[in-house]
Amino acid sequence: MTSATAAGTSPGPAAPKSRRSVTGTRRTVAALFLLPALVLLGALVVYPIGYSLVRSFYDQSGDSFAGFDNYQALFTDDGIRTALKNNVIWVVFAPTVATALGLIFAVLTERIRWGTAFKLVVFMPMAISMLAAGIIFRLVYDQDPDKGVANAVWVGVHDTFAESSAFPKAHPGRDSPLEPAGGGAFVTKRPVEAGTPVVVPLVGVAPDRMPEGAKQAAAAEPEDGKVTGTAWQDFTRGKGVGKLGGVDVAELGYAGMRIEAVKDGEVVASAKAADDGTFTLPAAADGALLRLPADNFKEPYNGLNWLGPSLVTPAIIGSYVWMWAGFAMVLIAAGLAGMPRELLEAARVDGANEWQVFRRVTVPLLAPVLAVVAVTLMINVLKVFDLVFIIAPGSSQDDANVLALELYRKGFASDQPGVASAIAVFLLLLVIPVMWFNVRRLRREVRR
Amino acid sequence: MGTRRTLGRTSRIAATLAAGALALSLTACGGDDDGGGGGDKGGQQDGGKDTATSVTLPKLDGESLEVAAVWTGAEQENFKKVLAEFEKRTGAKVTFVPAQDPIINFLGSKIAGGAPPDVAMLPQPGAIKQAVDKGWAKPLGAEATKELGENYSPGWQEIGKVGGKQYGVYYKAANKSLIWYNAQVFENAGAAEPKTWDELLTAAQTIYDSGVTPFSVGGADGWTLTDWFENVYLSQAGPEKYDQLAKHEIKWTDPSVKEALTTLAEIWGKKDYVAGGASGALQTEFPASVTQTFTGGDQPKAGMVYEGDFVQVNIGETDAEIGTDAKVFPFPSVGDTAPVVSGGDAAVVLEDSKAAQALATWLASPDAATIQAKLGGYLSPNKNVDVSAYPNDVQKKIAEALVAAGDDFRFDMSDQAPQAFGGTPGKGEWKALQDFLKNPKDVAGAQAKLEADAAAAYGS
Repeated sequence: MTSATAAGTSPGPAAPKSRRSVTGTRRTVAALFLLPALVLLGALVVYPIGYSLVRSFYDQSGDSFAGFDNYQALFTDDGIRTALKNNVIWVVFAPTVATALGLIFAVLTERIRWGTAFKLVVFMPMAISMLAAGIIFRLVYDQDPDKGVANAVWVGVHDTFAESSAFPKAHPGRDSPLEPAGGGAFVTKRPVEAGTPVVVPLVGVAPDRMPEGAKQAAAAEPEDGKVTGTAWQDFTRGKGVGKLGGVDVAELGYAGMRIEAVKDGEVVASAKAADDGTFTLPAAADGALLRLPADNFKEPYNGLNWLGPSLVTPAIIGSYVWMWAGFAMVLIAAGLAGMPRELLEAARVDGANEWQVFRRVTVPLLAPVLAVVAVTLMINVLKVFDLVFIIAPGSSQDDANVLALELYRKGFASDQPGVASAIAVFLLLLVIPVMWFNVRRLRREVRR
Repeated sequence: MGTRRTLGRTSRIAATLAAGALALSLTACGGDDDGGGGGDKGGQQDGGKDTATSVTLPKLDGESLEVAAVWTGAEQENFKKVLAEFEKRTGAKVTFVPAQDPIINFLGSKIAGGAPPDVAMLPQPGAIKQAVDKGWAKPLGAEATKELGENYSPGWQEIGKVGGKQYGVYYKAANKSLIWYNAQVFENAGAAEPKTWDELLTAAQTIYDSGVTPFSVGGADGWTLTDWFENVYLSQAGPEKYDQLAKHEIKWTDPSVKEALTTLAEIWGKKDYVAGGASGALQTEFPASVTQTFTGGDQPKAGMVYEGDFVQVNIGETDAEIGTDAKVFPFPSVGDTAPVVSGGDAAVVLEDSKAAQALATWLASPDAATIQAKLGGYLSPNKNVDVSAYPNDVQKKIAEALVAAGDDFRFDMSDQAPQAFGGTPGKGEWKALQDFLKNPKDVAGAQAKLEADAAAAYGS
């Protein structure tokens, strides 16, 4: 109040000496002082809103009145419907997760010595622009484990439990004695005989991708009473297949390839190829089909498709939480600092454990702050645009769509300002209840 | 680069003059040298005889002009050199106005502000038509039309026309029917440059057998996919159908579209043929699709990448040398003839004046195009530009293919379509083809979606 009077009296010296009452008498002066603010507000806020409202009732070119056509388009267009659905997901999850994390951080950091340093670190993402954060997370979520840290971690964890194979891309070449056996395995077309060496030519593995020990392939020697053969890369660098189905110089053996002999669906014998690709099976394999089981060819695990249609929205919400949890934490920590300690102490004296104190005393006392944080984040989330625009690749932008992005796309990319204005008005309508809630709360605070 | 530039400074004009007149003799002997060879020859010959300019320009002392284009970086610098030569010859002053994409919206705001540039470079036929419909563009005068007629094949003149009147001079062209490949991969696999689609499939199989994924597809950007489709469709269904489909006179449910999509699926449908599989390709942006093809030594992520001449810019970001490590072959023929899909930027006069018309005339002349051709990164549809003016063999090859196509080239189809269908990320044709890449078995579904989106966008 004092500052207000000070501001009011500052032009005093210039005004007539007799100081009249503050209200009523100097209306013109008041208007004069209000004018710049009103003009600015009017030109920069009220007029654009009004114009958007008017524009939303006109057609694409803006020449003729279109009634509610644009609003009808708003609720029938598939793109807008996904946007709406995603907005709901955003509004429900992003603020709650960010607030919950902020609460946890705030409560925990209050107890530890390096709390401020920790808070600083958590708050730091707020210093980055949304655009930069978007670019960072576009990389984090990159599918290639060599680039995207999310998949690097995921694949790392996965590969410690399930190993990939040495020959993921190996496959039969043309006129091959092998055929696919389903599930990624390959099987010989004809039964093998003991004493006649079997050829198992495959292609598709570059020499530098071969297992360490692989040596030049050798034709198997026939052995009485045993099935022998060679499994090798039937492809000479720079020359192609060479002798089709025959071992050429500089072709490498598939060291470590597993081979099974199958009779009537049952594995009767199995072997592993030596470094030069040769293998020997006992007599039991005579007359069986040779199968190369699918685990020889298992593709390396490539991680999750973070930015694919199904995960893209949660992934982007994750990046949003990364940015805004710090903001929630700082506000909640401020609320915590202002909390009367006596209540906590009293509860502890009464025998409540820490969880009960948190649950029954801290959270209820913090409720107003939590509500303010959640509501502020909600308003923020409703207009989220930059993160989605940047993180979602073109192919899944449709699946990650939100209203603000759709507004931009309709207005500037597909040249439909009418529909875009309708989306803008709709967004405004969505924000109004939340804003009203916030304003009312603020007023109550002031009255208190 | 340095030597070429100094050479160019002293002998550029001379070389330019010589180039047009001596086109025939130079093509005969210019084929086997690269680098700044063309400049050398032009310079030598000039010393003796040729001094005539191939284009006559009026004296314009004291006049000033503004040219708007979206070009940045080296492209802008090179274009400014062409403008500088115009200033030198006419005495007019030309200012380059950098614009943003889409330039038609940029011009809209400039015109609304009452100060449009005199000449603008518009990228699509659709944009020229829009400018004419809105009354912004002014038809070309007699001199410019004459110059255009002398240097451009009817096809290139035609796409600059609206309602029978000539508005645009296609100063810059893009050849979008090229497949770039990693020479080391081809050598390791013993594969040869394919001429037909079947040979392409054979080469792809050979590369796959050698242990490298054959193709890199930048599927996160929908336009690379539409370009793939356009090449297959143009070659397979022929130019007439292509034009009809571009105007949406035939539906996307037409059997010819089905055939083209089925053909495309022969590559897109094999998950081992596309780097990262379909889902990986859908997250690969165009620049990455190029760089991953030319990095990684003997084991790059892919052996080939399809796109236009501008791929060179992205190859420049890798260590690969164009012409030795990174090579190119024209898009193979799927049907009877190999397709030539092109793009380009046309100069359009917005403020009619003697100076603006003179500039349009200048840009239609081989002199102007030769200056920029020598500087590299540029392709001219002007048939009187000597091929030897291009700085390297790859550029020469691309330019030859473009000029040799004569009138058989077709302009990028998605650039001709309404933007909602052919030019919006995550919408229309871009999205439909991305979905098709994800699920190449569903040809009918893709067709139905394309047709539904097209019908909505074309309003028919």
